[in-house]
Amino acid sequence: MSETAKENIKIVKHATCTFCGCVCDDMELTVDMDAHKITKAKNACVLGRAWFAEHVIEDRPAAMVDGKEVSIEEAVEEAAQTLVKARFPITYGLSDTTCEAQRQAVAITDIIHGTVDTTTSVCHGPSGLAFQGVGESTMTLGEVKNRADFIIYWGGNPAEAHPRHFTRYSVTPKGMFTPNGKKDRTVVLVDVRKTSTAPVADIVIRVKPGKDFELLWALRALVKGKKVADNIEAITGVSMDTLTDLVERMKNCRYGVFFFGMGLTMTRGRHFNSGALLALATDLNEFTHFVAKPVRGHGNVTGADNVVSWQTGYPFGVNFNLGYPRFNPGEFTTVDTLSRGDADAALIIASDPASNFPKAAIEHLHKIPVITLDTKETHTSKLAHVAFTTATYGINTGGTVYRMDDVPITLRPAFDSPFPTDEEILTAIRKRAHELMLAKSGLGAAGGGGTQKVAAPRKE
Amino acid sequence: MTEIMILVPGRSSKQGTSLNKGKLKDEYLDVTSRVEMNMDDMQRLGLENGDKIRLSNDTGETVVTCSGKKATDLPSGMLFMAYGPPSSQLMDSDTAGSGMPLSKHFSVAIEKVT
Repeated sequence: MSETAKENIKIVKHATCTFCGCVCDDMELTVDMDAHKITKAKNACVLGRAWFAEHVIEDRPAAMVDGKEVSIEEAVEEAAQTLVKARFPITYGLSDTTCEAQRQAVAITDIIHGTVDTTTSVCHGPSGLAFQGVGESTMTLGEVKNRADFIIYWGGNPAEAHPRHFTRYSVTPKGMFTPNGKKDRTVVLVDVRKTSTAPVADIVIRVKPGKDFELLWALRALVKGKKVADNIEAITGVSMDTLTDLVERMKNCRYGVFFFGMGLTMTRGRHFNSGALLALATDLNEFTHFVAKPVRGHGNVTGADNVVSWQTGYPFGVNFNLGYPRFNPGEFTTVDTLSRGDADAALIIASDPASNFPKAAIEHLHKIPVITLDTKETHTSKLAHVAFTTATYGINTGGTVYRMDDVPITLRPAFDSPFPTDEEILTAIRKRAHELMLAKSGLGAAGGGGTQKVAAPRKE
Repeated sequence: MTEIMILVPGRSSKQGTSLNKGKLKDEYLDVTSRVEMNMDDMQRLGLENGDKIRLSNDTGETVVTCSGKKATDLPSGMLFMAYGPPSSQLMDSDTAGSGMPLSKHFSVAIEKVT
């Protein structure tokens, strides 16, 4: 770790921003150790600067039950009891915490025979389904930087959601086979509206809302030399000339990349849209090298996919009711388990479904006991039966996160927090839930209540 | 005045920076309560920047503040707003067996709040 201490100011070099899936690991943080605050984040984008500046030590209890402050041990006991008593407990969130915490959450769900799902199900979950159906012609972002000369952003707005994507990986950086940076690349944007990404693009294609699949299927046909209906412009809003020009450019580039966003996954067609794009990338490999990668939102949502996959065999929406993992999106995904009223307890980690889920799902969250782990007060923590305040990953805690291209990166924390980490709380809940489940099945003693030790809050 | 338009919720920089301050803070609530509309549509409907409009569909309704975007940037009949509690009020919970609710491109009726 490259750190130098000078009076009360600490400089942390090569720190990692965990706000978005770019997971930029070239931060240089200036930390006021007296104020417990990051005062400068060199190299950070507008989102990263806000991430580092606003994550200070919150003035709220480390643990609460029904809005009243309790000890962490009491809250852990209440959380474990709640989860073990439930008949259909769900675990959800996980995209803004470390892989080490994620694996504890999966273990808890396994122990309590619950259902684990991540924010992937309302993000690139449909792409996850498409990977299983179509496959993924993939790469790392380092390859893109060094080799890619043709970039297509489809249904995403990285200028606002991933501001450094252009400069670190895909548009302006000078790479081994792209020595002139932007001059060596052609950038295409496909979207339903002119976003702030448009000025970066050489070609902007506006597709009619809900017609991405039709446009992608037409491109597949043209790539294969098939005829496309004359009314394709009336259907998609894109002219035949534009389509044939794009196809020629795609077939004749040296290394092409699709970066696709939620304009494909959140709209009508969902996994069929992602699947059509992945199939088009595969088709293009008859002519040149072409890859596709979803652009991921949260800092460790890719880690959540990896951890849940390596622990259960499936990426999200996994149910342990029968004692072994079963995967069924639509049945075991969180919007469904809440909206149908299946879930009777919820463990929500680093996520705020009460803010951004459909109305029916939010209404059900109000009816069941909810346990939250979050760094700040949220709509979900406000309705929680048990609410933990935890340290911020990457700022107060170390650990591992996965960049959107599945590259794991080790975190370098800036300053300590008086709050426990997600991993510490989840480990304590896991141990207590295990004891209670053993007692329930007659294989062990439940032990005294509230006995799980959690690392004491750190003294500053 | 009631008209059906297509709502496209999505991310914005301001939403991203304000959520770091806190989702219960005024700035985040304000950013997620604004909707962008084609200027020509606004003129046709007698709306001005800062007017309150009600968005509604079979799922629910919400009141937001509208602001104009050039016709070259936002097509006629389309609305954009940052994801947040107001847009969630309009989101149907049916995932068609995929886990994903339709979170973009849903029809909403717009009506000026007087």
